[in-house]
Amino acid sequence: MKNGARRTWRLRLYVAGQTPKSIAALANLKRLCDMHLAGRYRIEVIDLVNQPHLARRDDIVVLPTLVRQLPSPIRKIIGDLSNVERVLIGLDVRPRDDEE
Amino acid sequence: MKRAGNGSRPGPHPLAKAPTGIAGLDEITNGGLPRGRPTLVCGGAGCGKTLLALEFLVRGALEYGEPGVFMSFEETADELVENAQSLGFDLRRLSARRRLLVDHVHLERNELTETGEYDLEGLLIRLGHAIDTIGAKRVVLDTIERLFSGLSNAFVLRAELDRLFRWLKTKRVTAIVTGERAGEHLTRHGLEEFVSDCVILLDQRVTEQSATRRLRILKYRGSGHGGNEMPFLIGDHGLSVLPITSLGLAHQASTAHVSTGVTGLDGMFAKKGYFRGNSVLVSGTAGTGKSSLAAHFAETACRRGDRCLYFAFEESPSQITRNMRSIGVDLEPWTRRDLLRIHARRPTALGLEAHLVAIHRLIDDWQPRVVIVDPVTNLIAVGSEIEVKAMLARLIDFMKLRQITALFTSLTEGGGAAERTDLGVSSLMDVWMLLGNREANGERNRTIQIVKARGMAHSNQVREFVMTDRGISLVDVSRRADGSVSIGSARGAQQQQERARDPKPRRKGRAK
Repeated sequence: MKNGARRTWRLRLYVAGQTPKSIAALANLKRLCDMHLAGRYRIEVIDLVNQPHLARRDDIVVLPTLVRQLPSPIRKIIGDLSNVERVLIGLDVRPRDDEE
Repeated sequence: MKRAGNGSRPGPHPLAKAPTGIAGLDEITNGGLPRGRPTLVCGGAGCGKTLLALEFLVRGALEYGEPGVFMSFEETADELVENAQSLGFDLRRLSARRRLLVDHVHLERNELTETGEYDLEGLLIRLGHAIDTIGAKRVVLDTIERLFSGLSNAFVLRAELDRLFRWLKTKRVTAIVTGERAGEHLTRHGLEEFVSDCVILLDQRVTEQSATRRLRILKYRGSGHGGNEMPFLIGDHGLSVLPITSLGLAHQASTAHVSTGVTGLDGMFAKKGYFRGNSVLVSGTAGTGKSSLAAHFAETACRRGDRCLYFAFEESPSQITRNMRSIGVDLEPWTRRDLLRIHARRPTALGLEAHLVAIHRLIDDWQPRVVIVDPVTNLIAVGSEIEVKAMLARLIDFMKLRQITALFTSLTEGGGAAERTDLGVSSLMDVWMLLGNREANGERNRTIQIVKARGMAHSNQVREFVMTDRGISLVDVSRRADGSVSIGSARGAQQQQERARDPKPRRKGRAK
């Protein structure tokens, strides 16, 4: 078993309603995770329109924001996640994770 | 969360204002900041932007029943609590009572990965929720320009800020948006483009050893405002902008009177002295007795039990005390009993505003009932004419508001120009007296006359006075046959003649 094989990704995506950017971000994220992290990720989508108090609690300014809660440390990735390379860096997906 | 959408609706009323509660600021803005609209407060680092914004919220919550949201992009909530404490404000208590909500926005570029298109909807939702939570009527964004260092897409940011400010107007909150000055530009990222109703500029200049803070209203749409720079202080109880002026002459005119300290001189005024709260100018050339008159006034104030603050710009306290003792005015007991404080300063040691700031501060701290500035002309030497007059007007208003009777001495140049007082400061004064030396028949005699005394009948005579070891004393008037007043030996001779004719001494011509 390779080092890091047990790593799991807990991700939280903050959006505000069904805007084109929200929809694009979620679609991009799902595709990416299925491709690189199949079976090892969990995505929670938070719609701030319904839960506005979470913006302050989780220090959200920009939307969409993807928060990588695991693997630690916590990392914020902003935008519609269309730049795949940068998303992978932000998620800390390494080549060996990929091979799994 | 509704977006601004098709632009903003105007505020409730085009000229409605929200008072800041900051001393002096509401006066120069004729009532406060534009209600329901954002105001830009800009200036360099450490100029007092954050404190001004904080006080706006605290006073709004405490004095005007308007809760406020402070969104900080720089200092943390704890840091703000600490800063506010220096002004005597308890942010924690206000927060607990839901009159204030402090939200610190943390955004660091190196902690973010940008991966495509984004907007600031999160910020709008966050701010909107904060406003709704406590029913805020006031908002501070300090300083939102920080976003530009956290996010790389300046184009998106500008579009989003535009949207944010439109949205703020639809929320009908009165907002202060701070911005940091950068070189020629008011703000680093041109916030003034978005906030066009009211722009206030703060700055801090360090001259010699003292720093002077100034405030200027650069722009106030639809409202008159003083475009001048106003000095301001950050004190224990918040900010105060120094005009504290433009009272609109609303101060209470006192009918109580106070003695000049010179018995015969009191008699020259219908009310036996000055009105309390008067500003008195005593002008004359060198050696005419201006300081002596001031000392009499100080002494008599202390005797009444009034605190007297004496600003000396020429002599040291010990010099003044010694000189005055030589004419029978002993100031020392009053200094000892702390009824008299003499502050001696070289006028050139500080700039004009710094002096005025110091004067204001001392007056505020000690609350004297009588103030003496001796001589005010030395202050004039360190500023430009217009500046001095404006500053002096503010100082006089400031004292009037507190019913302080003030005496200013003014050193005039010799040679016929005695009545052309410096810079027309006499127009600011309620009472103006002119001291002179008349040289005739080989002797020099001291004279005093009242040029004006607002709201009070007064003698129009030129009176002679002498300085004895028991103080200044006015000499009875004698008239020649042609009606002119004779002084000195001529007076003595005339009085002798008169006595020879009429055994009863005459008191003709005594002032009313």
